[in-house]
Amino acid sequence: MVETFQNLLLGFSVALQPSILVYAFVGCLIGTLVGMMPGLGPLAGISLLLPATFGLNPIIAIVLLAGVYYGAMYGGSTTSILLRIPGEAASVMTCVDGYAMTLNGRAGPALAIAAIGSFIAGTLGVIGLMLLAPTLAAWALRFGPPEYTALLMMGLFILAYMSGGSMLKTLAMATLGLLLGMIGIDVMSGYTRFNFGVVELGDGVGIVPVAVGLFGVSEILLAAGGTVAPKVQRPKLRDLIPSREEFRLSVGPIGRGSLLGFLIGIIPGSAHIISSFVSYGIERRLAKDPGRFGKGAIEGVAGPESANNAAASGAFVPMMALGIPTSPVTAVMIAAIMVHGILPGPLLIQQQPELFWGFVASMYVGNVVLLILNLPMVGVFVNLLRIPYSYLYPCILCFCILGTYSVSNSLIDVWILLAMGAIGYVLRKFGYDLAPVALGLVLAPMLELSLRQSLAMSAGDYGIFVQRPIAAVMFALGAILFLFAIKPLVFKGKDWRSTVGLENE
Amino acid sequence: MTESPSSGARGLRSDQFSGLMLLALALYVAWENRAYPVGTLQEPGPGYMPLLLVIFLGAIGLLIALWGARSRPLAAVKWTEATRAVVILVACGFAALALERIGYRLTVIALLVFLLGVLERKRPLPVALVALGFGFASFYVVGDLLHVPLPRSPWGF
Repeated sequence: MVETFQNLLLGFSVALQPSILVYAFVGCLIGTLVGMMPGLGPLAGISLLLPATFGLNPIIAIVLLAGVYYGAMYGGSTTSILLRIPGEAASVMTCVDGYAMTLNGRAGPALAIAAIGSFIAGTLGVIGLMLLAPTLAAWALRFGPPEYTALLMMGLFILAYMSGGSMLKTLAMATLGLLLGMIGIDVMSGYTRFNFGVVELGDGVGIVPVAVGLFGVSEILLAAGGTVAPKVQRPKLRDLIPSREEFRLSVGPIGRGSLLGFLIGIIPGSAHIISSFVSYGIERRLAKDPGRFGKGAIEGVAGPESANNAAASGAFVPMMALGIPTSPVTAVMIAAIMVHGILPGPLLIQQQPELFWGFVASMYVGNVVLLILNLPMVGVFVNLLRIPYSYLYPCILCFCILGTYSVSNSLIDVWILLAMGAIGYVLRKFGYDLAPVALGLVLAPMLELSLRQSLAMSAGDYGIFVQRPIAAVMFALGAILFLFAIKPLVFKGKDWRSTVGLENE
Repeated sequence: MTESPSSGARGLRSDQFSGLMLLALALYVAWENRAYPVGTLQEPGPGYMPLLLVIFLGAIGLLIALWGARSRPLAAVKWTEATRAVVILVACGFAALALERIGYRLTVIALLVFLLGVLERKRPLPVALVALGFGFASFYVVGDLLHVPLPRSPWGF
């Protein structure tokens, strides 16, 4: 524990440098704006900002991008509460009771509780990251290729089990992502696969054009018809103070949402989205009068908003400790770190303590910045929502093209972006979740390499996966979860999705 | 996604259609994968993992199609914004073709003029202000301040 505090002091000595503070502030500000704008979620925001971080030092780069990520979590709640438009997917549940509170004239307290809950959850999430990541990283030093294969397989099974929608559709999308990851040079044999004569595809398909296309462009294509600027309430500072009763009712949901969000954030998938759904379901179930939900219950704002912010922090644990992304956002952030020649993984915390602890400390600072930004300045931010979408989306589209092109100055990436936008548009029409595609794309090379390395180690004996205890336990856990996941398909019955109001087959 | 079987007319359902499309994609990729040695179970080649994945994707696609009888009818999937979406994508395609030929600023200005002026039918003055303002400001911030190399026109503009 003493060592942890010493490391945290080291982190604060890095994070409180004026240049880092400025970038943390800029990241939080951009994130808040990105989170408020429909069509620009945290992933698109981070992807678009990625090229701009190439010239920065790696600590500043990751602080800036992380600021955008959790800033977007805060910002998404504003549009949900005031307009019933979720700025990003994790804020969908906040729309229900947040907007009902706005209709009841309680928009201010809803915004305040969302910001306070996000602050508490974000801070608790960082404490969890600080305590858990180094321990996990030290343990992961024992991992070889078989353990990584088992870990990645387990991650994919968990993804299927925890998916927000249909399990079959999630598996299909993860497989599609894995197949996209097969494009390019096979590192073991030197074969170039599925490049169709396009030389640039030899390097594989980048995460940025795929992510921005699937999430940014497809959203624009779906929403391009809207032209009228909505009427927006501008709450004043004095209207923001919640009543004593609202505070009392919010304490439990914030605590539960923080814990739940952090735990769900560690596992793969659209954790911040799932955590807000699960939190809402739990709060509704625990409420003495569930009938208040949907009509402006403050718990329906406090729980989901806390959960999605804690999940954002939780997602950094496997990213930092194992070098494995559990969401498309962390996948792009890993790409951002790797550009600087730093490989996230078990050795990162030992070899780059300034980076890890500076990042952790910057998150504490970022949460304070966001609380300051989101409460007194909410009236300023909502002016952005007055811009008609017909003016906004062409500019967002140009940003998408600009950001994608500038990652590697490649027109092929722009074509991939447009193709992914079209594919994402069609897939969303048919009710497919797109996050597993981006996740599969990033995990594919790791999974293939570790599988083939494992078989090379054991001279082709698959027994290596059951002879090594860690790998065997992970495979067993994955198999059990997979069986649980397919149970509702085989035996008719409800699974966890239907109990929290998520879509199910 | 789910709907009661009685609510729609007979015909292909949305999940049946999407499942069959996934199956078709899997078959196509399996066909393309012939070019790469699969190797053996003990010593997988470059075609091994893609083959495993297309088998899995094909099987999942088939299951989605089989379980899709309770999904909404294919005809119920609304494509009201599809024409606009196609126009936007085609405009972006032209922008991609033009980007390295006429430079970032001219491409973005042309794209914004088309999207705002032609597609959204906005008045000329706001269109010109947004297009010129965005084109020059984004180039200044990203290209000049952040030093990201952006394409210029043959005239150095």
